[in-house]
Amino acid sequence: MTRPTPETLAHSARRSRPAGEPATDADRAAPAARATAPAVRQSEPVQVSGAGSLVRSLEALGVDVVFGIPGGAILPAYDPLYDSTVRHILVRHEQGAGHAATGYAQATGRVGVCMATSGPGATNLVTPIADAYMDSVPMVAITGQVPRQAIGTDAFQEADIQGITLPITKHNFLVQTPEEIPQVLAEAFHLAATGRPGPVLVDIPKDVLQAQTTFTWPPTLDLPGYRPTLHPHGKQIREAARLMTAARRPVLYVGGGVLKAGATEGLRRLAELTGIPVVTTLMALGAFPDSHRQHLGMPGMHGTVAAVYGLQKADLIVALGARFDDRVTGRLDTFAPDAAVVHADIDPAEIGKNRHADVPIVGDARHVIDELVAAVTAERAAHEPADLADWWNQLDDLRRRYPLGYEEPADGTLSPQYVIERLGKIAGPDAIYVAGVGQHQMWASQFISYEKPYTWLNSGGLGTMGYAVPAAMGAKVGRPDTVVWGVDGDGCFQMTNQELATCALEGIPVKIAVINNGNLGMVRQWQTLFYNERYSNTELGTHKHRIPDFVKLAEALGCVGLRCESAADVDKTIKAAMEINDVPVVIDFVVGKDAMVWPMVAAGTSNDEIMFARGVRPAFDEDEL
Amino acid sequence: MTTQSLHTLSVLVENKPGVLARVSGLFSRRGFNIDSLAVGETENPDVSRITIVVNAESSPLEQVTKQLNKLVNVLKIVELDPQVSVARELLLVKVRAERSARAQVLETVNLFRARVVDVAPDTLTIEATGTPDKLDALLRDLEPYGIKEMVQSGTVAIGRGSRSITVGPALRAA
Repeated sequence: MTRPTPETLAHSARRSRPAGEPATDADRAAPAARATAPAVRQSEPVQVSGAGSLVRSLEALGVDVVFGIPGGAILPAYDPLYDSTVRHILVRHEQGAGHAATGYAQATGRVGVCMATSGPGATNLVTPIADAYMDSVPMVAITGQVPRQAIGTDAFQEADIQGITLPITKHNFLVQTPEEIPQVLAEAFHLAATGRPGPVLVDIPKDVLQAQTTFTWPPTLDLPGYRPTLHPHGKQIREAARLMTAARRPVLYVGGGVLKAGATEGLRRLAELTGIPVVTTLMALGAFPDSHRQHLGMPGMHGTVAAVYGLQKADLIVALGARFDDRVTGRLDTFAPDAAVVHADIDPAEIGKNRHADVPIVGDARHVIDELVAAVTAERAAHEPADLADWWNQLDDLRRRYPLGYEEPADGTLSPQYVIERLGKIAGPDAIYVAGVGQHQMWASQFISYEKPYTWLNSGGLGTMGYAVPAAMGAKVGRPDTVVWGVDGDGCFQMTNQELATCALEGIPVKIAVINNGNLGMVRQWQTLFYNERYSNTELGTHKHRIPDFVKLAEALGCVGLRCESAADVDKTIKAAMEINDVPVVIDFVVGKDAMVWPMVAAGTSNDEIMFARGVRPAFDEDEL
Repeated sequence: MTTQSLHTLSVLVENKPGVLARVSGLFSRRGFNIDSLAVGETENPDVSRITIVVNAESSPLEQVTKQLNKLVNVLKIVELDPQVSVARELLLVKVRAERSARAQVLETVNLFRARVVDVAPDTLTIEATGTPDKLDALLRDLEPYGIKEMVQSGTVAIGRGSRSITVGPALRAA
């Protein structure tokens, strides 16, 4: 073990924290509640530049941190930022800024902010913006643009980022005059944080940033076409309560919207009141304790047998902030054929998009769940609820016969699942786990026990490799008192590990477990299963040639680098990493390449075709109800 | 399964730059073909009205309507029932009309209550408004003389009766 980074270096670049900003972790760990309550301060009119107006707006909105990189068109904004209470974290690639803003937002519930210059700076934000759009993350991206008179002339570093991001933002703005900066920023934050959250881009021409203007606060929002429905319709709630009381095989299908709405306590009340089994999607892990008796686990392509079959055989699915994604439903026309559907979502467009809803409910998950608790209580007082004992017997039998598990590799190599399982045990349920995309992500979703909300961050909808390191950085900035573990693959890690330099310099001590199987593991798994074991372009050489050497790479980036190659060393190495809290740590877990993610519903097939392990289909026929 | 059919949507939007791109982009992104599109100001200069004729089954149309409603600049969407609305297109067509054929062309113009808006030695330029069916019929009649050039507007449509589609005061006070 080496410790190449002097602690002085780790802290020298750190700017002062904003005054009056509560930095305690407990305050930061309850999203949604504060998302709509920015620190609005009154400000008398004051003469400033457009850039000054931008920075004052950020301060007035309660922004404590911005991730970004300066460049020509955004440069005016960096001058007032130099004196601001807003902490700017200089990243190494704009993609890192975007994912860091997402990690910050997902861990805290606050709006994450990233900043980039025009042209390539802005286009480098496209991937994290698309990522945030798919996962409904509240994010504001601020980009510089070429001066107004140069727009449309193919000027140096010009890109039509407003046009480019039209399909991947909740809304976007091209600021036309310096006067409108405070209003546009306030609208952007409001749009990002309310309703179904999402990314909002604000593009500001350089001359608008340079021009003199008057800053006043607060501005008036003018969004006549934006009125999200928060409170559900009482009639629909009563109908849902009636079905939930009468159904014999009901399931609560819980999605990320429950976390976004801060509705996890209500969810637990609703589940315990009704005794209905719960499944939580990849985006909702932590919304309901994994250890809870009523939790069947995650549904979908790599979900538990009990969760997949629970949905598949249900007579009632109560979807709360979930969107019947193809990874959950499998082949849609064979999904849950006998189920009536209650679909509650804040976004009316999700209801009936993929699956017909018998009871559509538009509303914020917190209001919906609270009202369901009241309505179900009344319904159960009036009518004897259906007996769920047979349903639970069947599900319990499935849980007993088909638990999540894995086999030790026959070749004696280190098992990746074992590494992740031990990491979850040692770091515990208070840590935040941030995954990349691929096998390691699925194993991290399966073998770490999530007991608390906002402890699991990943790129669910877009499936963005390279998400983990910068998102972990953002999460750690947002919740500095919490241990943050990135669980990454060797493929993902090589896409964005440069942000570890940012972490080392800015004093952001994340911990990264690289589950290094030397391959693009999930792609290789599909080649094993569906392409006759023809391993075209999935071998990365991180085993065979040890290129790169992740320990040396970590050290070069100012982190502690550790390596673990045997099961006997796993606990010891994780514990060593847990002891290091002043610099980032990277562990290179050299694991076998043949491990596969099970269970699996192959893409495009029915959930009825779920495979428990290679060549092993669960026996269900005798259990038909 | 319902078959594909034409639907006329009236979409009230904020009169701001780029709104048309947001609306039309959404249609193509979600796999819808726009049959015709017309946009213009309304009685309220802050509000534009986009009339879109789209070929779609009813359930995907509901999805695209919901997606349109999510656009921040979209204020209101109404599907106009052809039974209780008036829909019109404008057609300008340049027809070959040598001296020998001119009388017959003018007779067709009168039959369809169209107007001649430009005259050249060998052509007439005709303006006509009406339903798409009427304009199709006019074009069929003019076809034999030789259509040199034509241009058509998108459909604009308005509901019959005294009720009107406007943005209510509640919508303006955000």
